[in-house]
Amino acid sequence: MRLFKTLRKHHFNTEHITLWAAVIVFAAFFTFGSIRYKNFFAIQTICNILMDNSHLLIVALGETLVLVSGGIDLSVGALIAFNFTASAYMLTELNLPLPVVVAVVLAVGALVGFLNGYLISYKGFQPFIATLATQFLTRGACYMISTDTIVISHPAVLKLSIFKLRMPGGYVTFGVLVALVMLVLFYILTKKTKFGRNVYAIGGNEVSAKMLGIPVKRTRMYVYAVSGFTTSIASLVFAVYILSSYGLHAQSLHLDAVSAAVIGGTLTTGGIGNVIGTLFGVLTTGVIQTIITFQGTLTSGWPKITTAALLLSFILLQRFIIWQRNRNRKGKPVKMLQKEAASE
Amino acid sequence: MKQKKDLWRNFLRRPESLTLVALLGLLVFNLFFTKGFFTIQIRDGHLYGSLIDIVKRGVPLMITVMGLTMVIATGGTDISVGSIAAIAGVVTATLIGGDFAFETGAVTASRVPIGIAVAAGLLVAAVIGLWNGFLVERIGIPPLIATLMMQVAGRGIAELIASGKILTIYYKPFYYIGSGWFLGLPVSIFLVAVLGILIWLLLRKTAYGLYLTAIGLNKTATAFSGIKTRAVVWSAFVFSALMAGMAGIVTASEIRAADPVNLGLYLELDAILACNLGGNSMKGGRCNLAGSIIGAVLVQTLTTTIFSKGVPSETILVYKAIVVILVGMIQVTNWDLVLKRRGKKREAV
Repeated sequence: MRLFKTLRKHHFNTEHITLWAAVIVFAAFFTFGSIRYKNFFAIQTICNILMDNSHLLIVALGETLVLVSGGIDLSVGALIAFNFTASAYMLTELNLPLPVVVAVVLAVGALVGFLNGYLISYKGFQPFIATLATQFLTRGACYMISTDTIVISHPAVLKLSIFKLRMPGGYVTFGVLVALVMLVLFYILTKKTKFGRNVYAIGGNEVSAKMLGIPVKRTRMYVYAVSGFTTSIASLVFAVYILSSYGLHAQSLHLDAVSAAVIGGTLTTGGIGNVIGTLFGVLTTGVIQTIITFQGTLTSGWPKITTAALLLSFILLQRFIIWQRNRNRKGKPVKMLQKEAASE
Repeated sequence: MKQKKDLWRNFLRRPESLTLVALLGLLVFNLFFTKGFFTIQIRDGHLYGSLIDIVKRGVPLMITVMGLTMVIATGGTDISVGSIAAIAGVVTATLIGGDFAFETGAVTASRVPIGIAVAAGLLVAAVIGLWNGFLVERIGIPPLIATLMMQVAGRGIAELIASGKILTIYYKPFYYIGSGWFLGLPVSIFLVAVLGILIWLLLRKTAYGLYLTAIGLNKTATAFSGIKTRAVVWSAFVFSALMAGMAGIVTASEIRAADPVNLGLYLELDAILACNLGGNSMKGGRCNLAGSIIGAVLVQTLTTTIFSKGVPSETILVYKAIVVILVGMIQVTNWDLVLKRRGKKREAV
């Protein structure tokens, strides 16, 4: 009984502390913005953040799953750029029907994901090198299609891009709805399915997971496939949002996605993570960007620096929590020995 | 007869032999399919030719790879080398200044003595290396994540220092590093040779190389044997950054401009590929400097060969990625098992 309570406490501490940290940080930044700028404090602001970052949220969901499994996926940005360019090209130059384009994009994402997963699981590649190679493969393929801007003028896509759903306080676009649906799906996937539990187990301790009988290699491959598929969905949302492709887009999206997941409480070493936290990670990144926009003094280079700095601070926070926990653990046996020595 | 077989087997066992063979293969390919590849002309007392071009353009990569090998040997990675190169190039360019004097058509003096400008660029790179090492060894962040952050942040810093512009360098003496000539050959080749010898001395004639490989093989055991693993790994990151910075300065000197966005872009892919080709497994435990340099030459030859076939520069990424994947698969394959199955069952277990 005591062991069970201790285990529960352990679980509660690491995952929930970082989740609450993300919520509090988001609230803090939001409050700061609301005090400093007029028109900031509105539900519409949050809606705007979601609208601008719906593709990032979807990608970050996939990335969270990958991080929880103990790996990393650096190919997401390049995949979005490729899908985006490819879909624009297919719609405008080749005049393919929309359902075909969507199917191709989803298939490509899954394929790239399976390639990643296969190289990592069955060929023994390290996750970062496999996804780094895939990143350049996809980016290069994207450039091969076109390095110029292609404008999407398909009527159905245009209709979707101006679609607005009225909500109390503001409006949201198609992309936000897709993102929220994905969020619910991912929550179910990670918390309620066997697959999700397996992923957490693998990330926590791969050897133990293997001994428990979890199909590690297969699960890991599926994790990357899911990430690729999710990124494809994100690229469709992105296409609807931007309507004109540019091969050089999303250069640092992989860092944004990892950053959002880490801010939301996902540990880079794996085993711990929460998709709700990822939502708040995206919101926090978005809030900071909104504040910078309101400020107006955005010089070249700052967006990249702030993203990295934000990621760094949250990683430092995580390290601090882990360090504290290890210190307390180490302290106990020493104290016990000291007590014993003192009582002798 | 037996001695020859042993020599042959020893040659094949070494990982860089495959790379050397691949390099020779590429050169032979070019001999047949690229006109004038091997011609070397002498103009103004300088040697010119495709071969010289490959080596000259490959200098930044070769320099970067020297430092990166050290980090990889410990089992880590440094994917921020491209961004560090950009920062160093931009810092040096900013300190030299870009005032264009219309009368003489060239800059008569640089804002800061050229030696100090270059030193400053290298110093900034070393500081970034210190930071990377700090994050990895003191804070305990996995090297991938730490250098991933620097990769993106570094680009931002470079853009910030350059105010988002491409900095052109008009100061002639600076060109000497990247485009100058000495004894008929490009200056940069001599730079690589000198650096290579120094680093080889460091790795082989001191215990440093041994420490690096030991840490890569088993960090805990190495720490317990009394070696200060923290200092060794930390310094490896500093070296990697320092080399990357030098590569950035050489590139800036060669192009006569520092572009914060494009300088060193994708350098990390080339460098990691070169190190892998040189037989340095990403898991660590191997510190093969010669192999990495041969790998760098191979990558550069590959790039030049593909370029000479008229393939646009963007598409090269695809080919390089494919090569990375192929090389990775070759590395992972247990060749001893494969060869044993095909060979005669002569060897006793």
